[in-house]
Amino acid sequence: MSELPLRAQLAAALGKGAASLSRATGRGDGSVIGGRVALKVEPDLLAKLARGRRIALVSATNGKTTTTRLITSALRELGGIATNEHGANMPTGHITALAKSPDARIGVLETDEKYLPQVLRETKPAVVVLMNLSRDQMDRASEINLLAKKWRDALAKSETHVIANADDPLVAWAGLGARYATWVSAGQRWKEDSWCCPECGGHLKRDPDPHWECPECGLRRPDTTWSVDNDNDTVTDPNAQELKLQLNLPGDANRANAVIALATAAAYGIHPKQALPRLREIESVAGRYTSVVTNGVEVRLLLSKNPAGWLESFAVLDPPRVPVILSVNAQIPDGKDTSWLWDVDYTVLKGRRVFVMGERRTDLALRLETDGVPFEIADRVDQIIATLKSEQPDITKVDVIANYTAFQQIRTAYGRVQ
Amino acid sequence: MTDTSSTLRIVWIYPDLLSTYGDQGNVLILRRRAELRGIRTETLHVHSSDPVPVEGDVYLVGGGEDRPQILAAERLRADGGLKRAADRGAAVFAVCAGYQIIGESYGDDADNPLPGVGILDVRSSRGATRAVGEIVADVVPELGVGRITGFENHQGRTAIGPSARPLSTTVKGIGNDDATEGAYQGQVLGTYLHGPALPRNPALADLLLRWRVGEIAPLQPSWGEKLHEERLAAAL
Ligand SMILES: [Zn+2]
Repeated sequence: MSELPLRAQLAAALGKGAASLSRATGRGDGSVIGGRVALKVEPDLLAKLARGRRIALVSATNGKTTTTRLITSALRELGGIATNEHGANMPTGHITALAKSPDARIGVLETDEKYLPQVLRETKPAVVVLMNLSRDQMDRASEINLLAKKWRDALAKSETHVIANADDPLVAWAGLGARYATWVSAGQRWKEDSWCCPECGGHLKRDPDPHWECPECGLRRPDTTWSVDNDNDTVTDPNAQELKLQLNLPGDANRANAVIALATAAAYGIHPKQALPRLREIESVAGRYTSVVTNGVEVRLLLSKNPAGWLESFAVLDPPRVPVILSVNAQIPDGKDTSWLWDVDYTVLKGRRVFVMGERRTDLALRLETDGVPFEIADRVDQIIATLKSEQPDITKVDVIANYTAFQQIRTAYGRVQ
Repeated sequence: MTDTSSTLRIVWIYPDLLSTYGDQGNVLILRRRAELRGIRTETLHVHSSDPVPVEGDVYLVGGGEDRPQILAAERLRADGGLKRAADRGAAVFAVCAGYQIIGESYGDDADNPLPGVGILDVRSSRGATRAVGEIVADVVPELGVGRITGFENHQGRTAIGPSARPLSTTVKGIGNDDATEGAYQGQVLGTYLHGPALPRNPALADLLLRWRVGEIAPLQPSWGEKLHEERLAAAL
């Protein structure tokens, strides 16, 4: 990094200073404040810090933190890696991550969907990894059709290699803008945002899943070279080699994240057989999928922020005798609008003991009542556990699904478990 | 429940294009509040590639992003079914982007006026600012709905023509123009309260039912009524 101009070096150093100050004063993990200070001094800092490194940008509505972590783990053999592991996924966070690891030749950067075009322009990444696009916190996020269009235009202007999920029509359409692409069949459970052709608006023909095609303009799913088989827990690579996944993260969503990570690792020259053991080492990402044992009961924490995420979480719930706690808030990071609760189908919870809590538990209560799912209102996880324990002393497990701030509140209550 | 039929036919217009903010909630609540009163229902999801049937009782039109909104308006106009149904006297409940496109005209993302379905005498254009947040409004007394609450997220401003009437006066939020919110004309009703407007306002759902089946029995208050009270208290 000594080739950085003096001004950029100074900016990076100032940024690091601000970051340690922010950590020391307990005001944050420092990822945002550091970058913000540095950008004031040197507006081109991100471009300068990125120069000479092989960077991968990872973007999606769901799973970008986990996939960034999986890719970073898979690439570890290659030496130091600069990554924004705390999920600060806007340019200020990228600056902090790169400045913190000046000697790392590789960067793996989780990137907010809205910022992807800008970060793509500034960092000139070797690889852009795209997984899915769906409705999310719509009171402050961009419309996703517009977002896909911006991705497509930005990719068309770059030389980057895109690694994208062909099964998501919006993502595929955006990726088709790029000159070089690796197409992955990673699956798509949530389809409510992609019934219409991104090119012409025609109603997509979507069978047999995961194939899709537009009867009006002919746009169709690109042929894939990587695929995941959820039923058999396997991945097939471009040499038609089938590999058992056996991840320690649950569910189809994480199988999708893993096949994308393997394809990305391959682009960096890491063979999937070498990468897989590295993926299996990951058991929890920033508290997600963590289990806390309290009062003899294992409480598993699932973070889900939007309808697609809730659908994936329902799919990884333990057997029906395991109760589930649903918690929803509507603070700014969650989105102030709870309308999305009506996009989710809750009937799969029938036959399971369900508790609802959080600031917007009345919204949840009406939603469950409408789907005919019996539920109980609650205030806190520990109270629910105590109730359950007194009624069924042999109870061993409880699942919790919560959106962003509700999840953080529960995590804090259990001492920010990792 | 026209003619000899005894089943309430609920038609959900274009869930593939106009289902962005939990619009499914309106379908589910209308069905539930009918069935709790012993009214049989039948729900039809009409995709944008399918013709709109004209024999429905209540048509629900949801919200959508700019491009799907334009596509939906073009397809509804070309199809003609929704207009014929409204002319026959069917009830229409449209929210947000759906509210704009059942009007005479609406603005695209550059505010060029585009023709709507023309079953509600309103004209929408693009405002300078986006209206985002909780909204509260008092519905005109003759509809017997009282105070409504919801979430708005739109850039439209809507002017009401002589054949339609404002649905309500705005208490909090923007609605049509800071003063009024929504519009109705016969049994066609539009509002900027997006997505699950009926779950959050049980009285509004009951208005649609009354329009189609006449007097209906009151229901025991439940979570819908509690949510309505809670959101009003939180917004004001
Ligand atoms: Zn097409």
